[in-house]
Amino acid sequence: MGFTVNVNGTAHALEVEDDAPLLWVLRDELRLTGTKFGCGVGSCGACTVHVNGAAVRSCQIPVSAVSGQSITTIEGLGAGTLTEVQRAWVEHQVPQCGYCQSGMIMAVSALLARNAAPTDEELAAAVTNICRCGTYPRIRAAVRALAKRAGSPA
Amino acid sequence: MITRRRLLLGTAGTAGALLVGYALWPDDRLARADRLAAGPDERFLATWIKIGRDDTVTVLIPHCDMGTGMATALAQMAAEELDADWNRVRAETAPADSEFANGALVEGFLCETENLTLNSIPTFLRGAAADASGTIARYMYVQTTGGSSAVRMTGVYGIRIAAAAAREMLVEAAAARLDAPRDSFHTAMSRVLHASGRSFGFGELAVEAANYHPSEHPVLKARSQYTLVGSSLSRFDIPAKVNGATAYGIDASPPNVLYAAIRIAPVSGGKLRSIDEAAATGLRGVRRLVRLDDALVVVADRFWRARKALDGLAPKFDAGPGAEVSSIGLRQTQIAALDSDRVKSDRTVGRGAAALGGHVVERLYHVPYLAHAPLEPVNATVLYRSQRALEVWAGSQDALGARAFCAKVAGIHMSDVVFHQQPSGGAFGRRLPDQWNFLEYAVRTATAVPDVPIKLIFTREEDIQHDYYRPSVTSRFRGALGAGGAPLAWVNDYTTLDGADDEAHILYEVPHQAYGAVKVTSPMPTGAWRSVESSWHGFFVESFIDELANEARRDPLEYRRLLLGHKPRHLAVLNLAAAQAGWGAPLEAGCGRGIALVECFGTVVAQVAEVEVMGTSSPPRVRRITCAADCGMVVNPDGFRAQLQGGIVFGLSAALYGAITVERGAVVQRNFPDYPVIRLADCPDIDVHIIESDSIIGGAGEVGVPAVAPALVNAIFAATGTRLRELPVVSGVIARG
Repeated sequence: MGFTVNVNGTAHALEVEDDAPLLWVLRDELRLTGTKFGCGVGSCGACTVHVNGAAVRSCQIPVSAVSGQSITTIEGLGAGTLTEVQRAWVEHQVPQCGYCQSGMIMAVSALLARNAAPTDEELAAAVTNICRCGTYPRIRAAVRALAKRAGSPA
Repeated sequence: MITRRRLLLGTAGTAGALLVGYALWPDDRLARADRLAAGPDERFLATWIKIGRDDTVTVLIPHCDMGTGMATALAQMAAEELDADWNRVRAETAPADSEFANGALVEGFLCETENLTLNSIPTFLRGAAADASGTIARYMYVQTTGGSSAVRMTGVYGIRIAAAAAREMLVEAAAARLDAPRDSFHTAMSRVLHASGRSFGFGELAVEAANYHPSEHPVLKARSQYTLVGSSLSRFDIPAKVNGATAYGIDASPPNVLYAAIRIAPVSGGKLRSIDEAAATGLRGVRRLVRLDDALVVVADRFWRARKALDGLAPKFDAGPGAEVSSIGLRQTQIAALDSDRVKSDRTVGRGAAALGGHVVERLYHVPYLAHAPLEPVNATVLYRSQRALEVWAGSQDALGARAFCAKVAGIHMSDVVFHQQPSGGAFGRRLPDQWNFLEYAVRTATAVPDVPIKLIFTREEDIQHDYYRPSVTSRFRGALGAGGAPLAWVNDYTTLDGADDEAHILYEVPHQAYGAVKVTSPMPTGAWRSVESSWHGFFVESFIDELANEARRDPLEYRRLLLGHKPRHLAVLNLAAAQAGWGAPLEAGCGRGIALVECFGTVVAQVAEVEVMGTSSPPRVRRITCAADCGMVVNPDGFRAQLQGGIVFGLSAALYGAITVERGAVVQRNFPDYPVIRLADCPDIDVHIIESDSIIGGAGEVGVPAVAPALVNAIFAATGTRLRELPVVSGVIARG
């Protein structure tokens, strides 16, 4: 049936099944391939996107559940420029293979939007994504640096 | 006998001369390379180095980008020898073409060995692309990414030599222009400068320079002259990995692509028996069902439709000949084999096992199968044209080999295959030759559905259940303590899938040693897994030495030190890790430190794990890993540290949680919920300390893995008094001692 999904500020009319997973709609219908398939069971977080600003695992969301809502993918995160989180990722040379990093950056960005200076424990509780290359120490260092910047007076 | 020095000097006879020349091309090959991979304003000067009119130096990387940062490191090595302006240096993936085969890689491995035989070459380098000609030449025909070899082999034996030769050609071109002697020029910042003050950019000389013959013995810089090598320069590939721009194999989107999902027989060798025919009609978007011998493939216009249809079709398979296999049975078979007279002696030092006597300690260790589980599930996109040609998009740890492999599967000639090497979302061995079921199934599907590109993606479940697993191994030790508690005899027998493993041989000074290997095969597919044999022998050896220290009532660090008097390099690494970890400083009850020392691919690594054991029901919390490493020379310190950190996390996932178990021939685990890996919450802080030395340059990508598991179990022992001799830790019983 027909749905309208609002992705990165653009509305797209789609003729797909109710249960089409948002992940595959993004990748195969809209060709937004920055969002990745990792496990298909909502465990690894490679498919993390924002729905109304909250981080969700798009492989577990049927498209019917997000019709009309505001979806942001990694491609739409910075609106043409890199966000602070993305810049911190470059500065700390976080990615290795990079495959998980779209999801990581989306998850971290959603956390920082509601808690600009998370502790290590808050970060670990909110960001449960898998990185097989083991970039966690650098993710933590990058978030610590962002938190410190947010915590210090401008 | 062929020594490294003789090889480098090119005086080692036919084989040596051929090898040394490999980094450099004759003129006709330069022209072919220009046609293959140079733009209108670019010229190749030597293997892998092209220079554009705008002074841009592009280094072609004959490897797979799987996130190790080697493209940047190799470009640093090239730019260093060229005296190039780093801001105008780039890296490109080399085409999957024989012109870009990586003979330097093989040369490097040959240089590591004194006895030049075909067996000197690691299995994964044995020419997946080559015809079985039985000569060394066939082994040159590779583009393998493995063995932690990119910098220490491709860089050292190939790219830096090619770059130094290219620099000399640029100088020759400038000398001809000014009719001045070559030694009146020097190079800096992508320019050739004459003593008179006149100078030329590399770009304006490139076309003329390409007419000169590259020297077979270009003058290389001394390490003391390096300015780029040794710097933590930012990686080229990172900006495109923070905004979703990098297109991995799974992102390849040729026009009109269709998607395929596969269900493979759960038991190796099983056959497809039936499907639910009633479910096979009226499926939206489904274009074809492809029934292979041992698998069902659904081709549809969207991946989720293919996958859903596959579930509905509920394919049934015969159990197959492997149905009797189980992990428990394999372990029993391995122990029986170690008890049998089939153990083949590998190496004996001193009197070997005959020296066992007095205080003898006997211990048995075991490790399970492991999956690679790269986060990008294996996949390939294949277009088979009915006029018998293939186009393939995939990430592979040997692009040239993959091209030949796809040709073979399709039954066509390699020259009719175009292979587009894509960045890999992790690999860890999973995309090496001999682990190419994803390529095979994709090509077989595409030949059944010609003239349209088909993207076959393994679901995570297929990926976990149809991997080529890190082997499960059992190892038995007997040790005898001499006066003062030092080991007098070290006797180690272990199971193997093929030959004996050098990785079992210890670094420590023990007067009598004996090693034996017994072959125990299984129908389970196995393959190289990050750090390969060191991943199990590191755990075995460094656990047993810890047990001997305990038997001798000595501190584990002190005990190792005593046995390393003859190895100052190893001792220095061990001491640095211990000092940085605060070895010996008091810890709270229930906490402990463990240490381990492993040499892997030429790099010496020591790690100290600090753990806190909360009780018997939850896994121990790893608070901190302190690592020291000596890889000789470091090309990019930050990149090296990243690889060690990553290797440690990878090894820790396996040590704490990793187990693939087999029941009735099928893999039990399916996905990350039952094949858990480390996440942020259980990732310790990891400090990596680098020692630079004059030693031959060692690897980076795999070398962080082996020491983690023994450091961890040694720490658990220190914390609790409980010794875990089987991995993973979560399957062991941990009680407070």
